[in-house]
Amino acid sequence: MASPIDLIEQRQLRDGLPQFKAGDTVRVHFQVIEGQRRRVQVFEGIVIKRQGAGARETFTVRKSSFGVGVERTFPIHSPKIEKVEVQAIGDVNRAKLYYLRGKVGKKARVREKR
Amino acid sequence: MAKGIIGKKLGMTQVFDEETGRLVPVTVIQAGPCPVVSVRTQADDGYDAVQLAWDEVPERKITKPELGHLRKNGVAAAHRRLVEIRGAHELTPGETVTVEAFEPGEKVKVSGISIGKGFQGTIKRHNFSRGPVSHGSHNVRAPGSIGASATPSRVFKGLKMAGRMGGRKVTQVGLTVVDRMPEENLLLVRGAVPGHKNATVVVREDR
Repeated sequence: MASPIDLIEQRQLRDGLPQFKAGDTVRVHFQVIEGQRRRVQVFEGIVIKRQGAGARETFTVRKSSFGVGVERTFPIHSPKIEKVEVQAIGDVNRAKLYYLRGKVGKKARVREKR
Repeated sequence: MAKGIIGKKLGMTQVFDEETGRLVPVTVIQAGPCPVVSVRTQADDGYDAVQLAWDEVPERKITKPELGHLRKNGVAAAHRRLVEIRGAHELTPGETVTVEAFEPGEKVKVSGISIGKGFQGTIKRHNFSRGPVSHGSHNVRAPGSIGASATPSRVFKGLKMAGRMGGRKVTQVGLTVVDRMPEENLLLVRGAVPGHKNATVVVREDR
């Protein structure tokens, strides 16, 4: 029997997101609320991890902004995510790409799957 | 008006806030339905309260006096727990309190028996500070001085020391009701609530 907690979590799940995993390059269209206005911000980078399960699952996107590494974690089922576009599918041998944190420039790339 | 309901803590999860889209940590409490067994009034008992029953069990699980008390007040099914909620109210025996008594956004306080932590030192139990760990110090997690010597030549009663921690009644105040689900008798309360999973908790309104 599914517990009430599982049912609550199932109700939160959303669909309509593409499949992606660690190593993929994605563009996340994310709603930000500034005072009264709402606008959509795009965050593009490499997915370095997916963690958690069910409604609590999150993914972290890393990008380099003006030479500074920036990471942002999004709840996958967040209603604030408008859409996720998969730009490239990466070829990686890890589920968590923490090794990218120590690398800059050309070394901080992920091979593309062909 | 005093409001309260008895329930079981099921555990915690997260829900998305519908307005802002933010994740809110919530405790899921399966509460009620609680039949009103009897009422206490200022005139008869010297205080106002309502006695609620909760947790339906087979008749053999409770004693005959308990069953008789429920039957006398018109509650047919055997219930395991009886709790009095203090304060003025408008309930009469025969009514039932459900989660619909609480509105989303309402402030509540939740009481329960906290998780037992066993024998703990003063740092965890009473938030003492620890001593220095280097320069030859051996006073790392020790409690420090427990009083003067010749006067009073004894240790005062009630001094904070190491000992059993947890397993006592704790009331968490200022919690907010996030949602309620009357079909499943569920109450979602923002934040953590005392007690382990499946522990009995009492939710009351908080002013």
